[in-house]
Amino acid sequence: MTDTTAPAQREVQLITLDVNGEQHEVITEPRRTLVDVLRHELRLTGTHVGCEHGICGACTVLVDDRPVRACLMFAAQAEGARIRTVESLSEGDQLGDLQQAFSTHHGLQCGFCTPGFLMLAEGFLAERPEATKEEIREVVAANLCRCTGYQTIVEAIDGCAQARRRACASRCDSKESDVCS
Amino acid sequence: MKPAPFRYHRAPDVDGATRLLAELGDDAKVIAGGQSLVAMMNFRLARPRHLVDIAGIRELGRLHRDADGGLRIGALTTHHTVETDPTGVLGTGFAVLRDAMGWIGHLPIRTRGTVGGSIAHADATAEWCLLAVVLGAEFVARGPRGERRIPVADFFLGYYTTALAPDELLIEIVFPRPAPHAALTEFAERRGDFALVAAAVDLDIEEGTVRGGRVALGGVAAAVVRVPEAEAVLAGGGSFDDCASAAAAAVEPPADASGSTHYRKELVRTLVRRACEEAKSR
Repeated sequence: MTDTTAPAQREVQLITLDVNGEQHEVITEPRRTLVDVLRHELRLTGTHVGCEHGICGACTVLVDDRPVRACLMFAAQAEGARIRTVESLSEGDQLGDLQQAFSTHHGLQCGFCTPGFLMLAEGFLAERPEATKEEIREVVAANLCRCTGYQTIVEAIDGCAQARRRACASRCDSKESDVCS
Repeated sequence: MKPAPFRYHRAPDVDGATRLLAELGDDAKVIAGGQSLVAMMNFRLARPRHLVDIAGIRELGRLHRDADGGLRIGALTTHHTVETDPTGVLGTGFAVLRDAMGWIGHLPIRTRGTVGGSIAHADATAEWCLLAVVLGAEFVARGPRGERRIPVADFFLGYYTTALAPDELLIEIVFPRPAPHAALTEFAERRGDFALVAAAVDLDIEEGTVRGGRVALGGVAAAVVRVPEAEAVLAGGGSFDDCASAAAAAVEPPADASGSTHYRKELVRTLVRRACEEAKSR
């Protein structure tokens, strides 16, 4: 039987989330957004929360490999999906290639927006490894950065995409073609 | 801000969803991608006491051509799926849908936002509402009293208001025939923002000559509107300039902080001409 009564102030539910390859059981209110559960319940504070209405993109994470706004999704909606946060990009203290590209190209200053840009770019490049600089420019319009002026962010993402393409091509040349297929 | 408390229900199938909606009454809202609703709940502009999540209903995710050459879009199809068209189902006949997706928000919005959600939300500037009106779509809705088809002319009733009953679910959007000479364009202050004005046209072209067409506008009234005055110019063999001027003369968009009535009418003139030219060049 469906419980049709209005919810009490602090009603909670149990949800299971797959975050960065690990299963987490969380007891929380249905009104908790994904970004709040990531930060408060799972203590994954790399994902930032900015505007809370889908404009700034600071909370961008990957859900089933696609970039989404974690402030525009309730955690309960993410059950059964694979979630990836910025914490998944590095190995311990070793930065991932996209993070390293942001550092090399000075793609961040204050750093508040950076996790969102990283996950936006990670999801986009996975879908469009051949992305042109113009396409990258169009995609980063999704997120707000008030420090860099975007030019260095575009260059970082483009630099990373080029490096990945070069690495893929050289692996193919060395007859490990299955790596790139 | 944070949303007000609510109870979360996951609907197993369409019948389960409509049964829940009938039981819960006015206190319930349907959530699909949530790209408008969650923002409104975070602002507490919406405070539903129950959310019925339909995202897991597989039958609503189908995107396919029917035997008559029409296109049927399951309500849960995301903007991103239409934009990338992984199965190539759109072809040239429905390329206008694919090309229009770039105007909707940004990539992380399009990956979650759904066609049915956008249409049921019925924003007067929404690209899907405009496409539905200009291409003469039909909507399949299902509720406790069964299934019905609603023509687009009877669907959008005003500001964020549709003909869907509170216990009905939008199942499918049917575009009855290919539109190889259609185009949508719009103007917003920044890329990805809500349009100030959006225009869409669907031209009937025979042997390179425009014989007529449909013209629709968003952002000029409480809902997306057809503009018969502009369509009459096309049917009479008039120029795109004359068609655009007729459209601008026919509407009286309300003024707000983003633009005066005069400014929006000038946007209508420019955008209708652009849409006509783009549609003809296809």
